[in-house]
Amino acid sequence: MKLNMVEAINLALKQEMKKDGNVIVLGEDVGVDGGVFRVTEGLLKLYGEKRVLDTPLAESGIIGTSIGMAAYGLKPVAEVQFSGFMYPGFDQLISHASRIRNRSRGMFSCPMVVRAPYSGGIRALEHHSESMEAIYVHTPGLKVVIPSRPYDAKGLLISSIRDPDPVIFLEPKRVYRAIKEEVPEEEYTLPLGKCNVVKEGNEITVVSYGAMMKLVLEAVEKLENVSAEVIDVRTLSPLDDETIINSVKKTGRCVIVHEAPRSCGFAAEIIARINEKALLSLEAPVKRITGYDTVIPLAKLENEYLPSVKRIMHGIEEVLSF
Amino acid sequence: MKKVLEQFGVEYLQILKEDGSIDEHLMPKLTSKQIKEMYKAMVLARIFDNKLLALQRQGSVGTIAQSTGQEASAVGSAFALEKNDFIFPSFRESGALLYRGLPMDNIIRVFGWDERGAKAENVNAFTMSIPVATHLLHAVGYGMACNIKNDKKVIMAYFGDGATSEGDFHEAMNFAGVFNAPVVFICQNNQFAISMPREKQTKAKSLAQKAIAYGFRGIQVDGNDVFAVYSAAKDAADNARKGRGPTLIECYTYRIADHTTSDDASKYRTEKELNEWKKKDPIDRLRKYMEKKKLWNKKDEGKLVKELQDSVNKAAEKAMAIEKPDIEDIFKYMYKEMTNELKEELNDLKESLKYEA
Ligand SMILES: Cc1ncc(C[n+]2csc(CCOP(=O)(O)OP(=O)(O)O)c2C)c(N)n1
Repeated sequence: MKLNMVEAINLALKQEMKKDGNVIVLGEDVGVDGGVFRVTEGLLKLYGEKRVLDTPLAESGIIGTSIGMAAYGLKPVAEVQFSGFMYPGFDQLISHASRIRNRSRGMFSCPMVVRAPYSGGIRALEHHSESMEAIYVHTPGLKVVIPSRPYDAKGLLISSIRDPDPVIFLEPKRVYRAIKEEVPEEEYTLPLGKCNVVKEGNEITVVSYGAMMKLVLEAVEKLENVSAEVIDVRTLSPLDDETIINSVKKTGRCVIVHEAPRSCGFAAEIIARINEKALLSLEAPVKRITGYDTVIPLAKLENEYLPSVKRIMHGIEEVLSF
Repeated sequence: MKKVLEQFGVEYLQILKEDGSIDEHLMPKLTSKQIKEMYKAMVLARIFDNKLLALQRQGSVGTIAQSTGQEASAVGSAFALEKNDFIFPSFRESGALLYRGLPMDNIIRVFGWDERGAKAENVNAFTMSIPVATHLLHAVGYGMACNIKNDKKVIMAYFGDGATSEGDFHEAMNFAGVFNAPVVFICQNNQFAISMPREKQTKAKSLAQKAIAYGFRGIQVDGNDVFAVYSAAKDAADNARKGRGPTLIECYTYRIADHTTSDDASKYRTEKELNEWKKKDPIDRLRKYMEKKKLWNKKDEGKLVKELQDSVNKAAEKAMAIEKPDIEDIFKYMYKEMTNELKEELNDLKESLKYEA
């Protein structure tokens, strides 16, 4: 059936809750209201108040109590209404969720998922458009997943719920309803910690994830004469650098696209890995096409700030003509 | 129109007075055997604390937080629990943890820079939380899980007076109230958060009254009176088990030792105040009661102290004899399965250690 990302995630939640009685959904407005983006629509009716918890408005509370539930043996899937409001609960992630297994030498663990709508492009208020994935990637003990399309979102979310460790699942809200594609009705998983080679090619490697993937694909389609290999990272932590390195060894050139700020952004990590493992294969410096080290502007200037199809095309051409 | 919406009161409970006499009407049901058990657990906590301090002074363990003076609060509360109940300790709860059955050498190892000490099966206690107040949410989440699973456990969470100023205290109390979580909050009001006196944490007259705003019961007890602590904790635990939700118990006590071994309390409090509180010692008080009731004599005391000292010394020897962990341990517990990245980093470390050698 054809589903958008909201519907695909909703289906994944419904199916995992049906399959495993320990899966619990909690967050602000996730029950009666079905979530502000309707991602949890219908869950309350199906599974009742014990398993779909409308919580008080408190992110540390949501994430902190999820940790307690996970320690008990449940599998909480917490929704933080927007990733820009994760910070009150960030302490719980960095101080506890990510460390409990290590601190207790494996006696306790924290199998939970924190879902949050993320990144820009929907003409939102301040604090509703940020891309701060790097802070989670930089936190040892977390896994970080960012799907780019409905099919991936469903398979990756199911894998995240079944994963024995805490997963931050960031959902590009610009994609929520923008892509509709065939999504199998039955349950399926996609492996965490694996990049997806979306398109094969041999002249240049283009690495991206999340909402930028759609733009990247458009850009390479427009560059008809360029044979680009396109990689969707999908899981930022742990990172499958092998797929990226093998591709760069083949193409000798690489562009990385993300909308997050540039300094210490995820592209910097990929470049470091390329330097460590494929430097001598490079025929041009690796280029970053990213957001800037500024606050992301409101909608009047957002399109100028965010990487565009044209900017991506231009970057690819620049690297090719080096 | 103007009217009174609701009126509130805050209870205070003391049963065992400083001279060892009790208020018979308020005395909870306890057998002589149980009272001796409480006493033993309190003396063990004190002896263990002193041993930790000695080990710290000789450099065998790192910074420690002593609980001297707070033994009645730790033991009286833990005594109200059943085997399957679950506790979430702060970093100053050796007394409760030992009573719950955490082996002494485990605690010594944790303070002795060895994470492996935190692993102790079948104790029904969470690992201690160093970030103040953050673990209260874990306790509430655990309690919410018990509700979801119809599991009749009681969850007990320990924290200090300073912790009540943290946002997580508020969120935990609020969630506990809203979700009717079976949690007993034990606030060890030992009058200080490092150098900060209780009056500088809140303008409220008691910490117990904070529960009122969250819609559940709060009570202040004499935290140096093990019977009062036990009585309040038992009521709270019974209520939680019957589905009547959380309770906050403020144990009004005093931290006799420095905040930690890195602190010098003489900078912020007087010798006079300290000596006043030493007169209220929870262990002396219980012993006086037991002697009055002819449950205890000098011979019993000598025997107990010797026995506990021996077992504490043995535990310390055991902890000290354990070999250093493998370097794999640094990487092994970050995820259930070690990621490729961590495998590579482990190899890097091994290589660089070879070079250093
Ligand atoms: C979130 C956080 N802030 C600061 C500290 C440093 N710190 C450790 S103990 C402490 C005081 C705690 O006071 P209280 O809650 O009253 O407990 P007590 O130490 O008296 O048992 C402080 C400030 C910490 N561990 N965690």
